[in-house]
Amino acid sequence: MRHLLSIADLNKSEAISILDTASELARVSDGAVKKLPTLRGRTIVNLFAEDSTRTRISFEAAAKRLSADVINFSAKGSSLSKGESLKDTAMTLQAMGADAVVIRHPASGAAQRLADSHWMSGSVVNAGDGTHEHPSQALLDAFTIRKHLGMGGSDLTGLSVAIVGDILHSRVARSNVLLLSMLGAKVTLVAPPTLLPVGIDSWPATVSYDFDSVIPHVDVVMMLRVQQERMSDLFFPNAREYSRYFGLNTDRMACMKKGAIVMHPGPMNRGLEISAEVADSARSVITEQVTNGVSVRMAILYVLLAGGALEVGSN
Amino acid sequence: MKPADYLIKGVSLPDGKKADIAISDGVIASLSNGFKGEANTIIDGSECVALPGLVDLHTHLREPGREDAETVLSGSRAGAKGGFTALSAMANTSPVADTAGVVEQVYRLGQEAGLLDVFPIGAVTQGLKGEALSEIGAMADSVARVRVFSDDGNCVFDPLVMRRALEYIKKFGGLIAQHAQDPRMTIGSQMNEGVVSARLGLKGWPAVAEEAIIARDVLLADHVKSRLHICHLTTAGGVEIIRWAKARGIDVTAEVTPHHLLLTDDLASSYDPVYKVNPPLRTESDVHALREALADGTIDIVATDHAPHPTEAKECEWQEAAFGMLGLETALSIVQKTMVDTGLMNWVQVAERMSITPARIGGYESHGQALVSGSIANLVVINPTQKWTVDRDLVVSNSSNTPYHGHELPGVVAHTFYKGVATLINGNLTSIGGM
Repeated sequence: MRHLLSIADLNKSEAISILDTASELARVSDGAVKKLPTLRGRTIVNLFAEDSTRTRISFEAAAKRLSADVINFSAKGSSLSKGESLKDTAMTLQAMGADAVVIRHPASGAAQRLADSHWMSGSVVNAGDGTHEHPSQALLDAFTIRKHLGMGGSDLTGLSVAIVGDILHSRVARSNVLLLSMLGAKVTLVAPPTLLPVGIDSWPATVSYDFDSVIPHVDVVMMLRVQQERMSDLFFPNAREYSRYFGLNTDRMACMKKGAIVMHPGPMNRGLEISAEVADSARSVITEQVTNGVSVRMAILYVLLAGGALEVGSN
Repeated sequence: MKPADYLIKGVSLPDGKKADIAISDGVIASLSNGFKGEANTIIDGSECVALPGLVDLHTHLREPGREDAETVLSGSRAGAKGGFTALSAMANTSPVADTAGVVEQVYRLGQEAGLLDVFPIGAVTQGLKGEALSEIGAMADSVARVRVFSDDGNCVFDPLVMRRALEYIKKFGGLIAQHAQDPRMTIGSQMNEGVVSARLGLKGWPAVAEEAIIARDVLLADHVKSRLHICHLTTAGGVEIIRWAKARGIDVTAEVTPHHLLLTDDLASSYDPVYKVNPPLRTESDVHALREALADGTIDIVATDHAPHPTEAKECEWQEAAFGMLGLETALSIVQKTMVDTGLMNWVQVAERMSITPARIGGYESHGQALVSGSIANLVVINPTQKWTVDRDLVVSNSSNTPYHGHELPGVVAHTFYKGVATLINGNLTSIGGM
């Protein structure tokens, strides 16, 4: 595996091996010395053409715990904001000897363009491209679900997951639908019809417009952020109405199955798609997702740059 | 008797009959079995088919304004290479071809290039803004004698503006060529809306955004009894509307591009913007509907929508890239591949769809003439038995944004004659005109 651009690049055993590697690496993160020497002397560039503090910091921490040198290259104040093309940026990174580029970009397919071009030769990790995919987020979500609810097996067979919100524009949803279904979970997408893409019938998921009818039957409720710009673009009448039908509040949380968990990729709009009480409740694993994100991203970099998965049980 | 300028020996005519075609003084001097006279240049046509010179009703030549992408001369050369003897230069140049001055400039550049006729298309509205009518009458009366008007690239969206334009052109027997795209339904759209756009996270471009405008405009054309032409039809639904309109006697014609006869939206999976085009590539079932409609005459003509762009406009992220692809040099091969080799059309129909009918729609009287003695010698000789491989580094156009790079295609354009002079011999451009 050279790049991670889409969950579709992975087969089931590769996905599970990333999760298993992350489990091993998580033990390192729990130790007193958090660092492994694996990627010493390797250079990883975080190319962030779109603001994202949380994902960038997570990848940065992951790379540093593997002893890689990290260069942060973000939109504001860089040549990217001065109209430099992706090609020129890529060739600059190549000239600097980047072994891997972690790219966050507002254009769908930007990571694949970088990987397919001859502009640079390093590995490309998609850290979110437009409204396409966010594979590392899906992997950390699957990791979190497995840790909490896994039935002892390595996959997610038997679990039901609801993904709720703006599916149309969500790269988190696209990656999660592919990954969670590949791992055996049953995925239900819950959204107003305006926020579901035409062509969704071909996805390995079922669709519902009725959050209340779905909520008692799922093991995981994954809430998606509602972007500010959707408010003014006729997708729903107003924020209050959205919240009434598709927000996760304490009343709805009370209908959840015993042991079911609440997830959110962040950043949250408290009071809109999720109430503060739910976000801070015992069911919420939202901050744990952040913690797990570092281990999973370590595993991704490990698999791409150290040439394979970490053997379970090795150290 | 003086020798003929050219003699094409033993070539197949569109109907399959063999003939010797002698060309002299700009006309087909004789068309016979066993030409007896002398000729300065003798061409073996035994494996070849002769067609009236191809006529494109939809070409972006980019001059004035974007000479880095294409010029009237470079586009004329690409046309000659592809077997064309007439092109129609779209109005979305910079400045826009919305005055007599600009269309006369483009017409004159075409004459100076001298490789084929360049017929300028005038803008329907000033600056292609869709608000106020451009100087339609002045363009019609100019040296360029413009008869076809289009805001192509933009849709004439305001129904009142469209109605007035359709009415106004009746004064001189003109035609409005509509780029059917509801702009409100396609804000930021990147590709056909469907299964593939859902997966790729690229903003969808619904078929209905095209079909709704076609439906409206055939009704408007019927109401004011004027002539409407629909540019680059791409959807099965659009075909149904045109079929209905023609059955009702509405004076509407329609075109399809070669790329919409072959390519589908799943090519966007590469995120390579060479496949980004307006209107977008659609689905397999649309492609089949378009082929059937072209074969049965519901779609009247093939038009290239040749849209050159400089390298940097395509070497970027999909959503940043320009819309459009090259078409002139590959059009005939794509039509052979999709329509002739599939058994859907014969060469008589190819001659109609790519020469005779577009010449009639555009009012280009010296083109699309039957291959008979006395006709103006605008013709193309192709070898349908040969194959060739497209190489974007070898195209004649100033740009290289062909979606067929590396494709092996059937049908080689061997010779092109414009007013009795060879512009292409054995696949090589000759050194005539403004070379």
